[in-house]
Order: sequence, then structure tokens, then C-alpha cells
Amino acid sequence: MSLRTGTFQESYAKDMAIFNSRLKWGIVVAFIIYLLVCPLFSSDRILTILTIMGITVISVHGLNILTGYCGQISIGHAGFMAVGGYTSAVLCAKLGVPFWAALPCGALAAGIAGLIFGLPSLKIKGFYLIMATIAAHFIIIWTIIQLRGITGGPDGLSLPRPVIGSIALSSKTNYFYLVMIVTCLATLLAKNIVRTRAGRAFIAIRDNELAAEVMGVSLWSYKLQAFFIGCVYAGVAGSLLIHYFSFASTDQFPFMDSVWYLGMLIVGGMGSTTGAIFGAVALKLLDELVTMVGPVLSAAVAPQAAASLALISQGSIIIIFLIFEPRGLHHRWEMIKAYFSLWPFSHQE
Amino acid sequence: MTFFLQLIVTGLAQGMVYALIAIGFVIILKCSEVFNIAQGHFVLIGGYLGYTFLVPFGLPIWPAIGMAIATAIIMGLLIERLILRPLLGEPVLAVIMATIALSTILGGLATLLWGAEYKAYHGLLPTINLTIGEISIPSESLIGLIVSIVCVAILMLLFRYTKIGLAMRATAEDLQVVQSVGIRATTVYAVSWIIACIVGVIGGILLGGVSGANMDLANIGLKAFAVVLLGGVDSIGGAILAGIILGMLENVAAGYLDPLLPGGGLAQVFPFLVMIIVLIFRPHGLFGLVGIKRI
Repeated sequence: MSLRTGTFQESYAKDMAIFNSRLKWGIVVAFIIYLLVCPLFSSDRILTILTIMGITVISVHGLNILTGYCGQISIGHAGFMAVGGYTSAVLCAKLGVPFWAALPCGALAAGIAGLIFGLPSLKIKGFYLIMATIAAHFIIIWTIIQLRGITGGPDGLSLPRPVIGSIALSSKTNYFYLVMIVTCLATLLAKNIVRTRAGRAFIAIRDNELAAEVMGVSLWSYKLQAFFIGCVYAGVAGSLLIHYFSFASTDQFPFMDSVWYLGMLIVGGMGSTTGAIFGAVALKLLDELVTMVGPVLSAAVAPQAAASLALISQGSIIIIFLIFEPRGLHHRWEMIKAYFSLWPFSHQE
Repeated sequence: MTFFLQLIVTGLAQGMVYALIAIGFVIILKCSEVFNIAQGHFVLIGGYLGYTFLVPFGLPIWPAIGMAIATAIIMGLLIERLILRPLLGEPVLAVIMATIALSTILGGLATLLWGAEYKAYHGLLPTINLTIGEISIPSESLIGLIVSIVCVAILMLLFRYTKIGLAMRATAEDLQVVQSVGIRATTVYAVSWIIACIVGVIGGILLGGVSGANMDLANIGLKAFAVVLLGGVDSIGGAILAGIILGMLENVAAGYLDPLLPGGGLAQVFPFLVMIIVLIFRPHGLFGLVGIKRI
């Protein structure tokens, strides 16, 4: 990681700081002010997009810890989101548990599901783990549909509007604030988790499993920890998503989403918290673009053009990034920053 | 008993088609160590290609299949050249993600060209009726069984007696040795993708001829993965046997257990249950090589 010219780190605390320059603090403060005032002049549609984006960022952070840092590929992330979402939905709708208590319960349930489906990862890796997590997705969704008495099965489950204390989160603005607070906390937590002992163990496992084990990193413990943390993130995202619509349905967690989250990680850059945010935001924006262009194209070419455009653009963007920029937007961003901070004297490889 | 035998026979025919599709997967894996998640979408494209050449073009059955195979060859060449060749030597995850993205693109193309609609063309495939005792074998299943067996036999002969087959087996054995004796590995990769496309398309036509072409055909690919894992990823014989086992098990389980479950639909999730169990208890499958890692 390159340090900006003119930034001096004179103490350990300064060296470890995440925001290590005035400029970065400035950007953070500006961003928070933007988030605070943004609902005042944004339409409902933009608020919805931003809220969904925040939820996606949370989910991708979880996948980033699991896949980007620990190297355990999971294509069942939407399934784990469904576990978290449905747990909190059932707690709220059937048992009358308040929203603030149901959210962590959902997260915990997703984490436990992650532990269960993470068990095969101790024996298998690569393609086999991918197949196991794909299987996990379909088994989870099937189970939810089978438990018709509790979850409403294919009909879905409608929930009361979430309330925290005396604040009703019924308006889009309030929910937007909630999601953004959770997203910022989740980002900070994700950034810090990978700097802890566990985080370094994850990276060691990703880079060389055998070497890590020989060095005394317990594969059994840390792989399951990675699954647990990653799926807790998914659970939080899942329950936020379900409560946003006040309706739980398995259609909110399609298999393609699981794939798409991994795509976001690839586009953003694996193994980087910033990359996860870049990827989630960039691909959600692409989604919105497709939603806007789609109807025009449908009218001009054929009625099914909109649906196919979404699929084709998603697939192509992943392939293009894999071939031409495998390290993702995050890497490109670092290059641009380095270019400007060293200009005009630098030479870049 | 008749019910049970009926289920077994239907399962056998279905399982042979699964095995055929799974073989496409195994061939690519053996030759180029690429896990092709898009195999199910080759089946999807195949189902729709069968419809296109038989119904709107109105071709007779054999020219239609010939045209579909020709399209499959072009498709295989394009996929290998445009997507897989640039990713040679990249990590496993990148290649798998590329094939997943490929499956998305193929799904999108199918939506664009055929409108993701249900297209039926049964009755156009030749029919043979056979009844043994009280069990009647549906003619579509019988056709599927025969075509699958013929295809597998052709592939076996190809591997055994042709030069390219020998090159493919050699590449599966040891890439470096193959390159050092002057065999072009990229040609082998291209051929393996072409074969995978062809068997996928043939499987698609067979399945499409039974139940019509629709977007669900892509899910057959997921069943093929269960077959591959059960049989052991690097074993063609294992894939065939596992295909038959899984086809029978699926039919029997669905036939007996579905009435007991409120929502039914066990057939859809069954392959995944098999997959998880195999992965936990026997990751190398029934006939796969046990990976021994030297350090």
C-alpha cells in the first residue's frame, strides 16, 4: 500500500490508523454529511436505490471476508441471507419480537447455517466447495418453502413495519438512515476484522493452506470462523432487506444473486474492503442503468430484450473484468491515486 | 412392484441422458482442468436449437440434428477462443467465475432469441413403443436411452482409436509431456469444448423432445454436477454409472416420498442432497482418483 506524499507516521497509533491523513478525515466527514442531508433532496426512487445499495454492500462485505480474505468460495450467499431474513421475519411476525432484537437473532441464525454448510470446507476446496455452497443455497430455499406453516412457503409472509423504541422506521428516509448506519458500522467492522489475529489467519489460509497449518493456524477453527462472520453479515443484510419491503418471499433471494455477489467482489477487487464497496456500488449502478435502458430497448427491439440485456450485461462485465482487470476496480483506483500523487516524476510499471 | 419397476425404467432412461451431459463436463475437466458450470446452459441452448430447426425451419429430424450439431461446434469454438483461452493459467476461481458468467450470457441469449417461452415439439422425434410385461417404456425415454448409449459408444471409440482422442487422453494424463512431444494443447482444449457443446446440445434435444424446451432445462446441468460428483469428477465410467444411479434414485424418491411431503418437489432438491452427502463423506466420488498431495 502506498502512502500519500507528505503523510508522516510518527507513532504506532498513527501507523495503525485507518484514516491516516487529514484528507481522508475530510472525505469521511463530507461523506457522512452527504448521507445526512441526502434524503432531503432525493426522490423516493433514489433513496430506494441507495438503501438497496447499502444492504448489498453489507452482504458483499461478508462474502469478501469469506471469499476475498479466507479464500473459501461461496455461491450460496443469497441462501444465507434468506436464513437471516426469514428468521427475523418469523420472529417479528409470529412471535411479536421487536425489530431491534430480531435483527441480531437473524444474523446469528445465518451464522449458524454458515457453520453447518461450512463444515465440508474442512475437507474440500475449489470447485467442490462451490458445488457444496450452490447445493446449500437450493437446500435452504427448498426448506423454507417446505416449512409452510412457519414461513408462509411460496405465498410469502407479511411483516409489521419495523419500529425501534419510539421511532417508526416506516418512512423511506428513516429506513435509509438505519441502513446507512448499519452499513458504515459493518464497513468499519469488516476493515478491522481483517486486521485482527483472525483476519491475518484468514489471509494465511487463503495464500497457502498448508503453510498456514504448519505455522500453527488452526484451519478447523478459522475456516469456520470465516464462514460464521461472512454469514452473519449475510444475515444482517437479509433481514434488513426483508424488513425494508415488510414482506418475506423466497423470490427476494434468487440463485443469480448469489452469483452476482461474487461478481461484485470480482469487479471491485477481492480481498479489499474498499473493493467490496466499489463492486457493490458499480454493479448496482449497472443494474439501474439496465432498468432504465431496458424498456426503451424492449420497445425498439423485442419485448424480452430488457430481461436478456440484464443477463448478458452481467455475464459480459464479469468476463471482461476477469480477462482485462482481474484485480478489480480497487486496484485501478490505487493506480490512479498513485499516478496523481507522484505526478510528474513517477514511473509506473 | 409394477410401479417400482416403472420408476426404475424411467429413471434409467433419464439417468442415461444425465450421464451424457455429465460426460461433456468430465471431458473438459480432464483435458483442461476447467470446471464448466455452463454445461447446463449448453443443454438449454440445445433444447431451443432443436425447436428452431424442427418447427420454424421445418427440417426433417436428421438434418435438424445435423444443423444443431454444427451450431454446437461453432459455439464451442467461439467459447474456447474468446473466453477460456485468455484465462489460461489463471486461478481456479477466475475460470469457474468465467464459466458462470458464460452461463448467464447463454441464458440471456436464450431469452433474447426465444423469449424464455415454453416451446413444445414432442411427437417430432421418431417413436418406438416397447412393452415388457406390465411395464410400458415411454418411447421418448427409449429414444433417449438409445441415443445416449450410441453417443457414449462413439465417444469411447473416438478416445480409443483416433489421433485426437489419444492426444486428449495424453493431455489429461500430463500436460507438460504432451507439449514436449509437440501436441498443441490449445487444439485439444478446443476439441474438448466442442465435444462438450455437442453432447450438451444432443442432451437438450432429447430432453426438449420429451418435455418441451424451456428455461428449466438449464437446471439439468446442476443435476449433471451431482452425477459428476457422485461418480468422481475424473471418471467417465463413473459418470455413466452415477447418472443411472441418480436418475433411478431421483425417480424412486420422488415417486414414493412426494405424496408424504406437503410441498412435494423433492426431485428438484434431491440432486443437491446427494451432492452435499457425497462432498462430506466421499469428496472424490465413487470412482474418482483419491487426491494424494505431495509437499
